[in-house]
Amino acid sequence: MQTKRMTFTSRWLPYVLLAPQVIITLIFFVWPASQALWQSMLRQDPFGLRTTFVWFRNFERLFADPNYLASMKTTAIFAVGTTLLSLSLSLLFAVMVNRMIRSRDLYTTFLVWPYAVAPAVAGVLWWFIFNPSVGILPYMLEMLGYDWNHRLHAGDAMALVILAAAWKQISYNFLFFLAGLQSIPQSLIEAAAIDGAGRTKRFWTIIFPLLSPTTFFLMVVNIVYAMFDTFGVIHATTAGGPAQATNILVYKVYRDGFIGNNLGSSAAQSVILMGIVIVLTVVQFRWIERRVNY
Amino acid sequence: MVENDRWGMLLAHLVLILGVAVVVFPVYVAIIASTHAPGTFLQGVMPLLPGSHGWENYRTIIFEGRSNAGAPPIGSMLWNSFVMAMMIAVGKIAISLLSAFAIVYFRFPGRIFFFWIIFVTLMLPVEVRIVPTYQVVANLHMLNTYAGLSIPLIASATATFLFRQFFMTVPEEMLEAARVDGAGPWKFFKDILVPLSVTNIAAMFVIMFIYGWNQYLWPLLITTDDSYYTIVMGIQRMVTGADSEPLWHLVMATVVLAALPPILVILFMQRLFVKGLTETEK
Repeated sequence: MQTKRMTFTSRWLPYVLLAPQVIITLIFFVWPASQALWQSMLRQDPFGLRTTFVWFRNFERLFADPNYLASMKTTAIFAVGTTLLSLSLSLLFAVMVNRMIRSRDLYTTFLVWPYAVAPAVAGVLWWFIFNPSVGILPYMLEMLGYDWNHRLHAGDAMALVILAAAWKQISYNFLFFLAGLQSIPQSLIEAAAIDGAGRTKRFWTIIFPLLSPTTFFLMVVNIVYAMFDTFGVIHATTAGGPAQATNILVYKVYRDGFIGNNLGSSAAQSVILMGIVIVLTVVQFRWIERRVNY
Repeated sequence: MVENDRWGMLLAHLVLILGVAVVVFPVYVAIIASTHAPGTFLQGVMPLLPGSHGWENYRTIIFEGRSNAGAPPIGSMLWNSFVMAMMIAVGKIAISLLSAFAIVYFRFPGRIFFFWIIFVTLMLPVEVRIVPTYQVVANLHMLNTYAGLSIPLIASATATFLFRQFFMTVPEEMLEAARVDGAGPWKFFKDILVPLSVTNIAAMFVIMFIYGWNQYLWPLLITTDDSYYTIVMGIQRMVTGADSEPLWHLVMATVVLAALPPILVILFMQRLFVKGLTETEK
């Protein structure tokens, strides 16, 4: 890792400068993470009187627990659904906005602000629209002959949280796709047009492949978002229900730890999630390194 | 444009207008709902045009809250959110500037080690280490305090990286000139580096303010005293607080107030926001 050619020399100053950041990191990040590792190998009896060291038993139990496996599957469906929906919509919008000249900024303004809406707020907004008794969309769906009720139907509940989570993420993806599109050299597109490639063909054979680094990066970011930042969407609306249908892993950690008071299991789940985050971060950084070399 | 087809452009506009409509729709509905009387929602589907009770609803929610259901006035929640967001944004920027300065402008034993310790924070979002972090904060007696709300979220690898990247692009001659003129590290930092970073600081501020304002799980865990509730978590209390159907007109007024400040920040500082967002990911 580089520094400047010329640097200051001081025996103590750099440590003082780093101290606030490092102390906070140690107290609130490194220590709790190591606690989670330790607790994941302990088991408390139901009254909290005795704690025994059980090695990897908590993990074994988790992977044998149908509820946990179901939650993994739910998380996968939720993450893939959110990512696909949000990426495809924002790519569509970005391609269209990129064709505009005068109205580009206006459309951009209208599309970026949902980034500011908290996940929990996004959840409540969509929850209200889809509310079976007062919402507008169930009313419209009923005219089409569909009985929407996310309090009873697992599929409806999943669709609801995916919509809310994807809606909030559109702005982010849109901005990155737009930046990606603008960095594609116009000459390539013109050359293809001269060779007789139509709009659709140009998109799939030139623009889309050239966008693939952006798409890949956004996929990782969106999966991380769907897995970890959507706690608010779930907690403020379905609370994991009906019948665990939207109980994603992050929500389950919270529920088992704070409401179920099953600390050992919750810690083991934390450790698994940390593993997933670390893998995803490494993937993301590898990609960034590769992009720098281009 | 390569070719000029009128129908294609028309279609593009159509898609975008439809898209914008879908994006705006939920917030539109919330604003409409917040202007109606409570009775409206009992008669079935909600209306799509504004009602006449907006002023009344917002006044109730800001100054009185729903005392019968145990929800405090929104006014104090807005203030708490503002304090929390400001402390997080300012704190993150301050400690990140300092640590980036140390990492770029000094050579000292353990530099790489500290860099990695900071890097770790990037990998461990609060959500994955909920229980132990809560225990640490409880042991430090920081439950129900502004310090507890903000300090654990202040360490930030992203801001440190951004400032590090930026400092690396500052010309070497700056430091040489400053040293010829006899400036020490602190003077160089204060009078040259920070003024040069103003745009980056502002862009970071926009992102971090929104991040702080939108925190949900953390305030939910560590505040039990309702005078420390923040607005984003307060909504959840309002939705589930009542035993029957939520009072939609008040809930939606709260939702609008919770979403408005960060949206305004983005709209007024769009350029800085886009810069902050795209640069932190590099």
